[in-house]
This record gives sequence, C-alpha cells and structure tokens, in this order.
Amino acid sequence: MFSVFEYVLMAFYVAVLLVISRWIGQQAFSWMPLQATAEAQRVDDLFSFLVSIGAFILLGLVGVMVYAIAFHRAPPEDYTEGHPSRGDARLEILWTATPTLLVVWIAFQSFNIYQQLNILGLNQIVHLHTPLESAPAYAATISDLPKPASETIDVFVKQWDWSFRYPNNVTSNQLHLPLNRSTRLHLQAQDVIHGFYVPEFRLKQDIIPGRKIDIVLTPIRAGKYRLKDSQFSGTYFALMETDVYVESLDKYDQWLTQTATSEQTPVNQAVAENIQPPKTLFNSGWYTVTPAQPGIANKRKLTDDT
Amino acid sequence: MTHDFSQEITGDNEESKNYQNQQSNTWREYFSFNTDHKVIGVQYMVMTFIFFLIGGLLAMLIRAELLTPESNLVDRPLYNGLFTMHGTIMIFLWIIPFNAGLSNYLVPLMIGARDMAFPLLNAISFWILPPAGLLLLSSFFLPNGTAQSGWWSYPPVSLQVPGGELINGEFIWIVSLVLIGISSIMGAVNFVTTIFWMRAPGMTFFRMPVFVWSVMSAQLLQLINLPALTAGLILLLFDLSFGTQFFKPDGNGDPIIYQHLFWFYSHPAVYIMALPAFGIFAEILPAFSRNPLFGYRSVAIATLGIAAISIFVWVHHMFTSATPGWMRMTFMATSMLVAIPTGIKAFAWTATIWRSKLHLETPMLFAMGGAAMFIFGGVTGVMLAATPFDIHVNNTYFVVGHFHYIVFNTITMAIFAAIYYWFPKITGRMYAEGWGKLHFWLTFIPANITFFSMHPLGLQGMLRRVSSYDPQYQGWNVIASLGSFLLGASTLPFIANIVGSWLYGPRAVDNPWHATGLEWTTSSPPLRDNFEEIPIVTRPPYDYGNPKYSVIENSDHNE
Repeated sequence: MFSVFEYVLMAFYVAVLLVISRWIGQQAFSWMPLQATAEAQRVDDLFSFLVSIGAFILLGLVGVMVYAIAFHRAPPEDYTEGHPSRGDARLEILWTATPTLLVVWIAFQSFNIYQQLNILGLNQIVHLHTPLESAPAYAATISDLPKPASETIDVFVKQWDWSFRYPNNVTSNQLHLPLNRSTRLHLQAQDVIHGFYVPEFRLKQDIIPGRKIDIVLTPIRAGKYRLKDSQFSGTYFALMETDVYVESLDKYDQWLTQTATSEQTPVNQAVAENIQPPKTLFNSGWYTVTPAQPGIANKRKLTDDT
Repeated sequence: MTHDFSQEITGDNEESKNYQNQQSNTWREYFSFNTDHKVIGVQYMVMTFIFFLIGGLLAMLIRAELLTPESNLVDRPLYNGLFTMHGTIMIFLWIIPFNAGLSNYLVPLMIGARDMAFPLLNAISFWILPPAGLLLLSSFFLPNGTAQSGWWSYPPVSLQVPGGELINGEFIWIVSLVLIGISSIMGAVNFVTTIFWMRAPGMTFFRMPVFVWSVMSAQLLQLINLPALTAGLILLLFDLSFGTQFFKPDGNGDPIIYQHLFWFYSHPAVYIMALPAFGIFAEILPAFSRNPLFGYRSVAIATLGIAAISIFVWVHHMFTSATPGWMRMTFMATSMLVAIPTGIKAFAWTATIWRSKLHLETPMLFAMGGAAMFIFGGVTGVMLAATPFDIHVNNTYFVVGHFHYIVFNTITMAIFAAIYYWFPKITGRMYAEGWGKLHFWLTFIPANITFFSMHPLGLQGMLRRVSSYDPQYQGWNVIASLGSFLLGASTLPFIANIVGSWLYGPRAVDNPWHATGLEWTTSSPPLRDNFEEIPIVTRPPYDYGNPKYSVIENSDHNE
C-alpha cells in the first residue's frame, strides 16, 4: 500500500510528533495552580502524561487531515474515486490495538497514582449516618479510618458558610493547617450537598448531608489559598469561599491560642449580599433561601458532639 | 425480515402531479398533524432550531454576566435559572429532538421504506414536544421563576422551593422533562422497529449506511436507559410536591441514589446525541473525498460497541460524590474503554480522507471541522476518565469546555453539516455556497475561541455555575465571552441562507453531490411515498468509484 519513501516520511512524521507532544506535555505543569500538597505533584505528573499522549493523537490525526486538504484537492468536476480500498484488516487491527494499549497504559498509570494518593491519605472515608446504625457498627468504623493524622478539624458547611472547629474547641471561619503534618478533616453538611475544593491541593470532595466524610491531607507549601464550594449549592454558591492558611506548627499553635482568647466577628458575604443586594441590570426578584446570620455555626458545636 | 408496501401505491404513478401537489401544500402541511415521516422530520428540525436560538440567547446572557468578575448583569437567582434552562433546552429541546427529526427524515429513505413503522405514533411523539417546550419556557413568567439547580437538578438543592407554591419552576421543569422523555421513548420504539423490519429487499444490516447504524444504537440506548431517568424524576416530583422522602437526607432518604438514576441515563444521553453526529460524518466524509468509508464493517460494529460500553460508565460523573475507591477504579476502567471504538471511528474517518479527491463544499467543511474538534474533545474526555485528574477538575470549567467541544464543536457542527448536505434533498433547492462557507468560518473560529478558553480556566480551578469569580480568572473569561457573541452572530448568515434558498434557491437535481445512498436515488424533494418502486439493494454502501456515481451524466449536471 505504501512505498519505501512514504514509510520513511511517516516514520519522520511520527518522530517529530513524539518530540513535539513530549514538549507540550512538559508545558502542562505550568498550566496548573501551585502544588501545595504531595498529592498535587502526583496529579500533575499524571496530567502531563495525559497531555503528551493526547497531543500526539490530536496532532497526528489533524495533521493527516490538513495534509489531505493541502495536497489531495480534486478539480471541481472530478468525481472519480480517490483510492479503491474499502479497508485493510491489518491496518484496522493496528488501530484497534493502538488505542487499546494506550488506554490500558493510561488506566494503569492512573491506578498507580491513585494508589499513591491513597497512601498519602487523599482517600475519603464515608460513614453512612443513619439512626438505624446500631452500637457495634461504631467499633467497626474505627478500623476504617485512614492514615493516622496528628490533628482532626471538624468542618461544618451550610448555605453559604464554612465553619471549622479545632481540637481546642476554637471555632473559626478560616481554615488553618500546620505545614508538613497530616490533618484529618471531618466534613459535615447541614442542608444541601456542598464540596470541599482547594485548587492548589488538587483535592475535591463532596460533602453530603447525613454522611460523615473524613479526608486527610498534608500540605507541603506554606501560603494563603482559597477554599471553594465545588458542588452547586444554590443562590449564593459563588460566594461560598474562605481563606486557607498553611503555616508552620509554631505559627499554627500561636494562631490557635490567640483565636481562643479573642472575640471573632465573622463576616459572611452571602448574608451581606442578601441584606444589601448589588445593583444588577436585570432584577428578577426570584426566590432564594435566606442565609442564616453568622454565629449559628458556633451554636451547633454544642449540640453536635461527634 | 424486510417488508414493503408496494401494493398500496401501485396506483400512484403520476409522479409530476404528485410533485406539484406537494409543492403547493408544503407550508400548510408543516403546521398540521401529519403522519408523513418527511413532514414530521422537518417539523422536528425547524422547531428544535428555534429552541437552539433561545438556548443560545440564554448562553450569551450567561457569557455577558461573566465578562466581569462581579455579579452585575443579572441577579443570582436569575443567573442560576439561566444556566439551568440553557442546559435543559440545548440537550432536551435541541440536540436530541433535532437528531430525532433528521433520523425521521432520513432513516426510511436510507433503508428503502415508504414511511416509519408507526406513522401515527411518530406524529404523536412529535406533537408532545411543542407543548412540553412551551411549558418549560413558561416558567420564566412564574413569580419565582424557573428551576435554578442546574440541568442535573440534584436534590436536596433542587427541592428548595418557596413554601406553599404547588406550581413552581422545579415542578414545571420535572413535568416537561417527563413529557419529553415519553416522546423520546415512543420515538425509540418506532425507530428500532423501522430499522429491524422495514428494510428494502437486499438491504442487509451490513449494507445499511453507518448513519442508520448510529440511529439504531442511539435509539436502543433511549429504550434501555431513559426509563431510569423518568423513574428518578417522578420520585423527585413526589419529594418536591407530595412530601415523600426518597432523596431527602433529613428524612432518611439518599440524595446519591438520585445521582445514580440521573447519570444512568444522562451519560448514555451523550452518545444518544453524539452517535448520530458520527453517523453524519460517516455519510459526508466519503461523499466529498470520493472514497468508500474505510473499514465500514468495523465502524458499524464500533457504533454498537460505543452504545454498549456507554451503559456502564455513568459513575465517572460522580468521582467526588463520596464514591468508594473500588467503584472509582472500576468506572475509570470502563470509561476508558469507550476510547477504543471511538478511536476506530476517528482513524477510519482519517483514512477515508487520506489519498482522496477532496471537494471542500460547505457540508464537508463542517464535517471535517467537527471531526477534528471531536478528537480534541475525545482526548480531554479520556483525561477526565482518569480519576486522580478528574478529582481536580471535576465541576470546573475544564469539564464545561470538554463537553461543549462535544455538544457544540462536534455535534452541532455535524448538524450544520447535515442541514447543508441534505438541504437539496429536503427542499428541492440548492443553498448559496458562498454564504455557507462564510457561516462555516464564522462558526469554526469563534467556537474554538469560546470553548478552548474554558480549559485553562478549569485547570486553574474556576468552578462551573458561579455567577461571580475571582479577578484572576477574568482574562480567559473575556475571550470566551467575546467568542460566544461572535458565535451567536454566526447564526444570522445561516438563517438568511436557509430561508432565502428555501424560497428562491436554484432547483436541485436528485443527486447534487454524486453521493451513494438510497435517499439520492429518488427525486428532490422525495415523493409522498419516497420511491416510485421499492429499490432492491445489491451493492454494499459507500460505493464510490462505481461509475454510476463518478461519471457525470449531462442530464444530471446541467439542469
């Protein structure tokens, strides 16, 4: 079907594609946010690998199409056939086998990296919390717990407010995490499904009312990040963000003691906007759930003693 | 196995008279309860295009709001209503029913039948849609507006409606979706029956065009998967209006079960939308490259393969929904399997174009552009199947960009390709080629500008469905918004071309593209009963190279 010259040409094309797609794969790291956890590095490695393979396939096939447009145009009145081949069993087996091998490779890589994430503690543990749950089940859940963590922070979410309870019973609307230590977050939602997402952590977990979900994470880069609600939660969904501080253990402890003694005046953007809506060109005045005044989260800690 | 009605129409041999009648009655037929599959097909296509324009206007409002980081164009409840209605309209009132309309028009012609198996059922399935669509739109005029919880309508957030109002946006959303679903199931029964039992003599399964294979696969998915969505929606309606607790966490219900029921249909729905688009590519690429479709049998089997695999991949939409590890890994593996039959198709299209004699008329431009952009959307799709990466970009604009590359840059491009390709057959007139090419470039470039820009935004962590965002995301958002306004404007030359050509275009010959396929053997537009005589099929499909199609006969060309 092909001449020797064409085989050489194709080999050259594939070689150039390999170089280009590898280069694009290297660029992929810079498209991602900062890496603030060890998991983030693994995820970015996987992304770079996927981009390389994707670029190879995209450029390979689109390149052939562009080549055909450039060199295989027919005169307007010429309706004779291009090539008589209706198929080629060898070629078809080749291009069934190639994607099969590629996806097996990709799945294997992804599985590997997923396992590493598990060891690092990204895995979530779900407890179905139902009133029917009997006492013996309580013992069973303990063995399920992920990697031991030095701290456990309770995370309470509701429309549209984040609230964190620290081991010394301090409650705050900011998430502070000690650097290079694994911290367990105990996630609980009050009303609708929300999501825990910090792009720099490459970690996203839905928080489902009625379920208690634990995640463990180990930040490795100090700094200030934004925590966002990642599952649509109603009118003020976009405002449900808060600050995350990753800091050295000293600073973290210092903040904890300082916060324990000082009075906090939490500011909630959703409440502020509900009271004084911003000027918009179109005003529908459609119904919205009214966000509760801040402070309710603090009361909750008295009733919820998990 | 095959069946025809030749005995019923033996008296009908006054072809020219028939043609005249049809011409004069045309426009009235389209507003009537008509059982002709061709009239119903056009009814579907024209009506869904109107919904496409409405959905597009909603999208432009969304993009206008996102020009700036602050919420300053529409208030937040309205914004949430806009994206909910945009998604719902585009999926359930544009792509799925447009495909049903195109399939309605083409399948009987392509398999050599006189009509669909159940013409009355066919008309009923269509006539459910206009009231259901109008019902959905009417919710804009309710005091508290439309449904506002996205086209997924996940409980519990979808159940948060003002107390004491039985008729609310969410209620109307559910009722109209259930109606549309009933229409789809009735259509699916009709299509599957037609393809199995109404084929002309000699039209074996492996002589059917790939478009027919893809319609069969898509409609089988409707039959298998759609009932799960209907059940989920009815339970949701009970929770919403009658106080049941199926999905309410505080009443011991489980909101995650809804997600399973929803995605059990709504992932295969992607293939219900995409398979006919792949079928369109498989018709148009060979016709304009003058090659038989490369690897026809493997493409036909791959079509069915995609449908079969797609039933078992739905959990990849739920990788962050407290899904256990084993389930994440299982569904990662099954989702990646989709790449194999899809890859076979993409390779076959490329091989068909390879060493061909290309004719770059408008349908071919749209088909090649769509196929190329599909490869991009497919690549990002495989990325999303990889669980560790998906956890990062789940619910971000990366996903929004990915699926718009599928639903717009692939499927809607394929739909435009199909409209231009079969326009001479449907209307009996030619469209204006220059305007068509202009429309292509005005669509292809802005579509890439708009939807590519969403990928970097998602990688950087911008979430979908936000009505305001951090200023760091503004740059790409402005580019995406400007692209979307151009995309909106690009429909104007299309509408002008189609309306003008339908009224005043030059008369089309029976087979203007020298294409194979039974639909090109009958007149343009086809007779009321499609064929004077039911054809007997003796050759494989895509018979390019056969002198019958490649040698220009004077009578055929100089008319």
